[in-house]
Amino acid sequence: MIESFNAVKQSLPYLLQGGWITIVIVTGAMIMGFFMGLCMAVGQVYGPSVLKRVIGVYIWFFQGIPTLVLLFLFYFGLFNYIGFNINALAAVTVVLGMTTAAYQANIFKGAILLLPRGQFKAASTMGMSDFQAITGVILPQILRLSIPAWSNEFSIVLKDSALAFVLGVPEIMARAKFIASRTYQYLPLYIIAGLIYFVLTWAGVMGLAKLAKTVRIPGYANKGI
Amino acid sequence: MGDPILSVENIKKSFNGVPILKGVDLCLNKGEIKILIGPSGAGKSTLLQCMNCLVPPDSGKFRLEERTVDITNKRELYVYRQQVGMIFQDFNLFDHLTALDNLTIALRKVKKMGKKEATARALAELSRVGLEEKTHLYPAQLSGGQKQRVAIARALTMDPKVLLLDEPTSALDPEVMGEVIDVIRNLAKRGMTMIMATHQINLIRTLADEILFMESGAVVEQGQPKVLLVPGTRSQGFCDKLDILTGKIK
Ligand SMILES: Nc1ncnc2c1ncn2[C@@H]1O[C@H](COP(=O)(O)OP(=O)(O)OP(=O)(O)O)[C@@H](O)[C@H]1O
Ligand SMILES: [Mg+2]
Repeated sequence: MIESFNAVKQSLPYLLQGGWITIVIVTGAMIMGFFMGLCMAVGQVYGPSVLKRVIGVYIWFFQGIPTLVLLFLFYFGLFNYIGFNINALAAVTVVLGMTTAAYQANIFKGAILLLPRGQFKAASTMGMSDFQAITGVILPQILRLSIPAWSNEFSIVLKDSALAFVLGVPEIMARAKFIASRTYQYLPLYIIAGLIYFVLTWAGVMGLAKLAKTVRIPGYANKGI
Repeated sequence: MGDPILSVENIKKSFNGVPILKGVDLCLNKGEIKILIGPSGAGKSTLLQCMNCLVPPDSGKFRLEERTVDITNKRELYVYRQQVGMIFQDFNLFDHLTALDNLTIALRKVKKMGKKEATARALAELSRVGLEEKTHLYPAQLSGGQKQRVAIARALTMDPKVLLLDEPTSALDPEVMGEVIDVIRNLAKRGMTMIMATHQINLIRTLADEILFMESGAVVEQGQPKVLLVPGTRSQGFCDKLDILTGKIK
């Protein structure tokens, strides 16, 4: 008992440092997924049919293959093959980013299709260009609508980031495993690792709920925001 | 008669191979008010939305103040649309913006006005429709009649030469219809050129310079109310039915 306690106490700073690496991976992946996903959603709704098809294949690809397989495929396969030398941390971030981009594209696309078509029409009748209508009228509304689903996606990516340990990235999971294998304190260390993930998820989800509340449109509450 | 502002020629539109507009010609003179009537599904909304290419017509020629408009040229289309305002049955206010910002957004983005200038212009238009008190409310906080008045004010900020109105009062409760009708009458008084689809019998009788009766994608009768609204015409038969609906004739 004392032994477990000491092991955990000694390793806690080391584990928490892994938390920072997890934060870097998840933040990077979510931001990358946000911009790619948004562009893909807009392309799928408003773009020419060739573009729609290309994006459709992309989404199908990243949704259809397990993240672990994608990690190996890109890190040991594709990135190597094309001579794209990046470290494991960057590789995990990029692969998770490309994967969440596919899911986020669906989130944003769903929100765009949910908006009444009259919003775009009204912008057009004022002489706004398609670009102005999308950036000035469509996106501000669908981004608000998307926060709950986006928050959900965030918690999934956060948990998926634990896969980084298979590439040797020293994030929470990899560190817990490393210490556990030396001290044999498997249970307490994995509990701590789980708790760190839990706290990170909770903080992110709470922050996003707060954001949703801040940007809420007055009087609009019963329409799903 | 008069000088033509907007004319469209031979507008055709099919949806999935079904012809909905079968070659409509139309010419609006300065200050003229044309009213579109006809049974549901006649193609009134489609025609109005083809007139500013919200629904791109399969064929058709557009002339605005003697200039041919090339609607396939995006830039030209955007400029054309600024000059042809549109009012929808269901308002289509931008839900994420206050009444004021519903007006300023296009002034700033399209007309490239500064914030101060745009706000001043927007406030002027809002007070003209009697909404100076509501400028900071969001669409979800406004009544239907107030929303439609904001929508009209918004269209007017672009200084349109023509206004297309698609059943502007149909989605409104009878109690608030009057406030929107008053705004439309005011527009008429100020000489705004308009084409309006409506089943509002008062508007038809009192505002129309010309009535167009549409059926199955074509204008089948057209003329001044006093010529058209006589026993025996399709238009009179249609208006009689509207009268029965509104309880004027038993
Ligand atoms: N986007 C579309 N796709 C397929 N059919 C359409 C589309 N828009 C309109 N239509 C069809 O075109 C016809 C004319 O519709 P439109 O809305 O122009 O009629 P309307 O005269 O405005 O009728 P109402 O008085 O009910 O408003 C209808 O049969 C409708 O089903
Ligand atoms: Mg209609």
